[in-house]
Amino acid sequence: MTRAESTAAGGVAAGSVSLRRPRPRYGEAVIRGALFAAALLSVATTVGIVVALIVPTVEFFAEVSVLDFLTGTEWAPLFARPKFGVLPLLVGTLVVTVVALIVAIPLGLGAATFLSEYATDRVRRVLKPVLEVLAGIPTVVYGFFALTFVTPLLQDIWLFGDPPEGFNALSAGIVMGIMIVPTVASLSEDAMSAVPADLKAGGYALGSSKRQVATRVTFPAALSGIVAAIVLAISRAVGETMIVLVAAGGTPNLSADPREAMQTMTAFIGAAGIGDQPVGSIGYKTIFAVGSLLFVITLVMNAVSIRLVRKFREVYE
Amino acid sequence: MDNSPSADDAPTSADAPQPAATGSGLADPALHLDTPTRAGRREIPEQPKDPVMLLRDVAVYYGGFRAVKDVNLDFGRREITALIGPSGCGKSTVLRCLNRMNDLVRGARVAGSITYHDQDLYGPKVDPIVVRRSIGMVFQKPNPFPKSIYDNIAYGPRVTGMKPGSMDELVEQALRGAALWDEVKDKLKQNAYSLSGGQQQRLCIARCIAVNPDVILMDEPCSALDPIATARIEDLMIELADRYTIIIVTHNMQQAARVADRTAFFTAEADATTGERTGLLVEYDRTGAMFHNPRDRRTEDYISGRFG
Ligand SMILES: Nc1ncnc2c1ncn2[C@@H]1O[C@H](COP(=O)(O)OP(=O)(O)OP(=O)(O)O)[C@@H](O)[C@H]1O
Ligand SMILES: [Mg+2]
Repeated sequence: MTRAESTAAGGVAAGSVSLRRPRPRYGEAVIRGALFAAALLSVATTVGIVVALIVPTVEFFAEVSVLDFLTGTEWAPLFARPKFGVLPLLVGTLVVTVVALIVAIPLGLGAATFLSEYATDRVRRVLKPVLEVLAGIPTVVYGFFALTFVTPLLQDIWLFGDPPEGFNALSAGIVMGIMIVPTVASLSEDAMSAVPADLKAGGYALGSSKRQVATRVTFPAALSGIVAAIVLAISRAVGETMIVLVAAGGTPNLSADPREAMQTMTAFIGAAGIGDQPVGSIGYKTIFAVGSLLFVITLVMNAVSIRLVRKFREVYE
Repeated sequence: MDNSPSADDAPTSADAPQPAATGSGLADPALHLDTPTRAGRREIPEQPKDPVMLLRDVAVYYGGFRAVKDVNLDFGRREITALIGPSGCGKSTVLRCLNRMNDLVRGARVAGSITYHDQDLYGPKVDPIVVRRSIGMVFQKPNPFPKSIYDNIAYGPRVTGMKPGSMDELVEQALRGAALWDEVKDKLKQNAYSLSGGQQQRLCIARCIAVNPDVILMDEPCSALDPIATARIEDLMIELADRYTIIIVTHNMQQAARVADRTAFFTAEADATTGERTGLLVEYDRTGAMFHNPRDRRTEDYISGRFG
């Protein structure tokens, strides 16, 4: 009991131990209120966006059947005889995203592994910020880089079959991949660096080489962070607008050939949004319908990735 | 002794010593020094016979800082050697030199010579990865991989390219060797972190013996464990010494007395001019001899300080 007395000392008469709070803590209440307001605001914004999307989307589907929208193979919503098959946009998005990931995942994970396992502290201190600068380049610059540098380069060095067209999904995808390398690298590196040194030492003590520790100890232990990094990268690729608008062309095209020009969902929204669509017109509603689809896709992807992470991650204390 | 607190960590032998780090039971040194020690159970030659490792004038530097100097030790084959001494005297540092784990510490450098089976451990052609395959290590805090129990054991054989006839059998042998098989045989696919601390540490020992090492280094392997789990590991060490050479760092002198055939006492002394504290080896002897009649004043002070 002497312990309790000594901690509760300070104005409390000996023998009568009070455990009550000496005075209310207003500061804490204020801070809690402010933080709650901040949390509420971000939730409210999300709800607001969803509502703003839903209303025109519902109106759109009053005019166009969901089935036609999702299975139609022609996209020409702004024509006199409009066609509302979204598949060309979906496929365009898919092709560009896949190309981007083929570039970004190996480069990003390679860079992350190098930074966390091989680089000295000095190299890491220099390289990581440089890498992150890449993420700060405006996407329109990447777009012109794709159009005026990567496409001509691809056309020059193309070996098999016809070279890519002037506007093509390939160069847009490659450059988008370069753009998301820092996201993948930086977040994966964080996850790999967070793996306890103990675990790595355990690997080394069993006679593993550096590569074995990286691939069999660090990488699996960091997997949940790495998957999260890749999912974020996919979300950025799916949502990226400027690069595809500038470099992939504006023609909806139901084709899996990345050498061809394609339109993605975002590029459509961007292009249609620039031209005036009178509020309430079908063109206006179409933009929101495509926006909703994009939103749903991203949402599903995030949900799936959370499942994946839960299933495969290796939990260390 | 049927009142064992928990079924899965119960001591294997009824007379398992009950170490207590602090407490009144330590007042009488004879009480502990007379507990049956391994040294008492078998004949220990005065000098290590056919030593596995020889250290000559070893000093270790971290950058410009000399952490430990003047280490001369012979580690006897299939003996248990304990390294004891106050905190910061360089026990872990010396231990990490023995399987070149210090190579992973930037700026660490070893002077003097360490010979392992007549080869210079730091020779130009020696591959530290190969060294660590025959000189394994168990760490202070249990550090199983966040994988299944099975995969923890199979890790070493896989990375070292061992081609066992049957991996299942190898895993079983290793777990049996670490006295863990009966407790985990039905849950080999479970994550290693589902085990208790003591079980995790035995898993780490199993993982280590799965690659069939020659020497096992242990850096305070019981310091994160309760007395019962500690007793189990100590029993295990004594069993393992029939097949392996074991070198253990410990802060617990009862532990050294119980398991070690030989004990090396280190201390740290400040340099008169620079004030830099450097560890050094004070005394190295058979455990019984060292604890009963230490030759050096500093050893005596340390031992009696701890016991009295
Ligand atoms: N990685 C390191 N870099 C720099 N100095 C180190 C490093 N590891 C240990 N040292 C220093 O070397 C000296 C010996 O440390 P070491 O960890 O070997 O002591 P120890 O005897 O194992 O101590 P303890 O009983 O507390 O574990 C200490 O002065 C310590 O600060
Ligand atoms: Mg230590």
